[in-house]
Amino acid sequence: MQQISPRRDPAPSRLAYRMERLLLTPAFRRLLWVGVPVFCVSLAVGLYLSDQTRRDALSLMVENVKAKVRDRPEFMVKLMAIDGASPGVAEDIREALPVDFPMSSFDLDLPQMLREVSALDAVAKADLRVRPGGVLQISVQERTPVAIWRNDETLDLLDIEGHRVAPLANRAARPDLPLIAGVGAQKAVEEGVAIMAAAYPLATRLRGLVRVGERRWDVVLDDDQRILLPEIDPVPALEQVLALDEAQDLLARDVVSVDMRNKNRPTVRLGESAADSLRLVRLKELGVD
Amino acid sequence: MKDLYESQRAMRSMRKAAMQRGVIAILDVGTSKIACLVLRFDGPEGFDGGDGVGSLAGQSSFRVIGAATTRSRGVRFGEIDAMQETERAIRTAVQAAQKMANVRVDHVIACLAGGAPRSYGLAGQIEVEHTNVTEQDVARVMAACDVPDFGEGREVLHAQPVNFALDHRSGMSDPRGQIGNQLACDMHLLTVDGNVISNLLYCIKRCDLELAGLASSAYVSGISSLVEDEQELGAACVDMGGGATGLSIFMKKHMIYADTVAMGGDQVTSDISKGLQVPLAVAERLKTVHGGVVATGMDDRDLIEIGGETGDWELDRRTVSRAELIGIMRPRVEEILEEVRARLDGAGFEHLPSQQIVLTGGASQIPGLDGLAPKILGQQVRIGRPLRVQGLPQAATGAGFASAVGLCLFAAHPQDEWWDFEMPADRYPSRSLKRAVKWFKDNW
Repeated sequence: MQQISPRRDPAPSRLAYRMERLLLTPAFRRLLWVGVPVFCVSLAVGLYLSDQTRRDALSLMVENVKAKVRDRPEFMVKLMAIDGASPGVAEDIREALPVDFPMSSFDLDLPQMLREVSALDAVAKADLRVRPGGVLQISVQERTPVAIWRNDETLDLLDIEGHRVAPLANRAARPDLPLIAGVGAQKAVEEGVAIMAAAYPLATRLRGLVRVGERRWDVVLDDDQRILLPEIDPVPALEQVLALDEAQDLLARDVVSVDMRNKNRPTVRLGESAADSLRLVRLKELGVD
Repeated sequence: MKDLYESQRAMRSMRKAAMQRGVIAILDVGTSKIACLVLRFDGPEGFDGGDGVGSLAGQSSFRVIGAATTRSRGVRFGEIDAMQETERAIRTAVQAAQKMANVRVDHVIACLAGGAPRSYGLAGQIEVEHTNVTEQDVARVMAACDVPDFGEGREVLHAQPVNFALDHRSGMSDPRGQIGNQLACDMHLLTVDGNVISNLLYCIKRCDLELAGLASSAYVSGISSLVEDEQELGAACVDMGGGATGLSIFMKKHMIYADTVAMGGDQVTSDISKGLQVPLAVAERLKTVHGGVVATGMDDRDLIEIGGETGDWELDRRTVSRAELIGIMRPRVEEILEEVRARLDGAGFEHLPSQQIVLTGGASQIPGLDGLAPKILGQQVRIGRPLRVQGLPQAATGAGFASAVGLCLFAAHPQDEWWDFEMPADRYPSRSLKRAVKWFKDNW
């Protein structure tokens, strides 16, 4: 245990050894190389932003820059152009989009506007875009009414898909369109229109169509005469009735309804007087006085 | 012995954990130097040798990414003499290797040369329970080996089954699944002084490292220095280190004997120091630069300046002829080799079919040893160098690194030892689930 010459010990001290091993630990290394700089930067930023006035100044500056960009004349929208809409619908669209021009295109919420325009009944399809030159272009495809739907108290115009197009004040305003009624009539407008087209020989007598039980159609003529059509293939059935009418003048007689629901057995219901006279004829034939 | 079984198993699981992390350190605590290698295991997929080229005994699965050597301090005769000094030396080596590898290592496999290793041959025999030999039978036959009384304070370092015999067929490497009645097993047991191990363990623990394996340096230098044929046909490896000369005998790729002669290169150095009246450092330099064991006429005229810085002109201007130096070194080298010969004879090496002896270790680099050794050890002597492993620096490829390289191979592919096999069911602690299962199997 004698002290020899004080030569330098090449061995690392226990502490140095442990320190070196710690530095070689991957997790600690990552912490040192990533964690410490991140901490320092966040500390500096945090200290800077801890003051309210600095925060306000910073947000104001950001707002200013944003406003400067937003209000450049290149981005301003000056007017709205509506294509493909009738004057009334165009008026409705302008009403639905209360935009006061000029306005920056950054402030326009085009998806929301598109939703609003599409929500209009008369609009089938809309397309919005900002055209170069500062024009908000709205291209609209209108719904075309094909039928009038009598609905409790009101009259509505329907397009081929059964979508409501516009309310109608009175029937006489659109005499060119057929009238349909009944619960669920709007769901089968296409079929109804086809039946109406087939029924053109009766045009003068035709009052309208009634949807029965949300499954089949009744053709209503004046004098409350009805043609009850089947659920399936109503148009051929109607054509059958029309052929009968052509040949034997069926509908001009005292007939209350023609029932075509069972296509194998068309049934005719007579009016009261006709039934009575038929009964008398039958009795006479049987020889009963 | 149960205690040891547990600790060895713990070391094996530690080794597995280290393999999973992919980094493990090799520590060769020698008398003259402490070498630390850092290995990285990343599977053999990097190797693409093409058809017929194997993966070089598994050594392509690892790569040396850090290597450091430091002069050993506090170690004598392969045993730790001054713990603090050794601990510092280990720290130096480990830190330098870590720095080179740029990775932190937590697990270390160490080897030691000293501790007076003693070899025992064990034999056991049992009746096979069913027709086929099962894992349990192997466990039982190993448990049936009669353990000799190796004395107080000795620890088992290696316990390797070297041979299995089933009925009359001997020389099996793996009897499992074979049909037979009597299973016999030969086991090679190597014990060392327990205190030596615990000192080493303490030093390693003080360096914040976990021990993942322990091997005898005689064994691991045999692994690295003997070529495959020599291991198969039988050969002895003599690892001439600084403070201890280890010898191991291999046969059929198993170590069957290991021993240590507590003499080595340091004794040669101290002889020179005493004979020429020079400091140890000068003696070491003289030995490595001018040393030899076979003198020729030329050597008489070859005068070596001893040098010195005492200030005394007479002392500092001394010269010595190389023949004189050889005259000092040769008797000691002869003594070491004769002692090795005696140990080999005691182990019955002359009865082995192959008499190949391979000299390795730092002291085997003395010029002229290849002329001297055959006179003592027999004709089939060669000077061996360790296998080349991937990534090993050129400076660490010499004969002095035989045990370090052997430890690398040992770390990659450890030999199955007794504790790697299953425990026999009746040795389990009571209430063990396996025991219950076995009881069910036997009774239903």
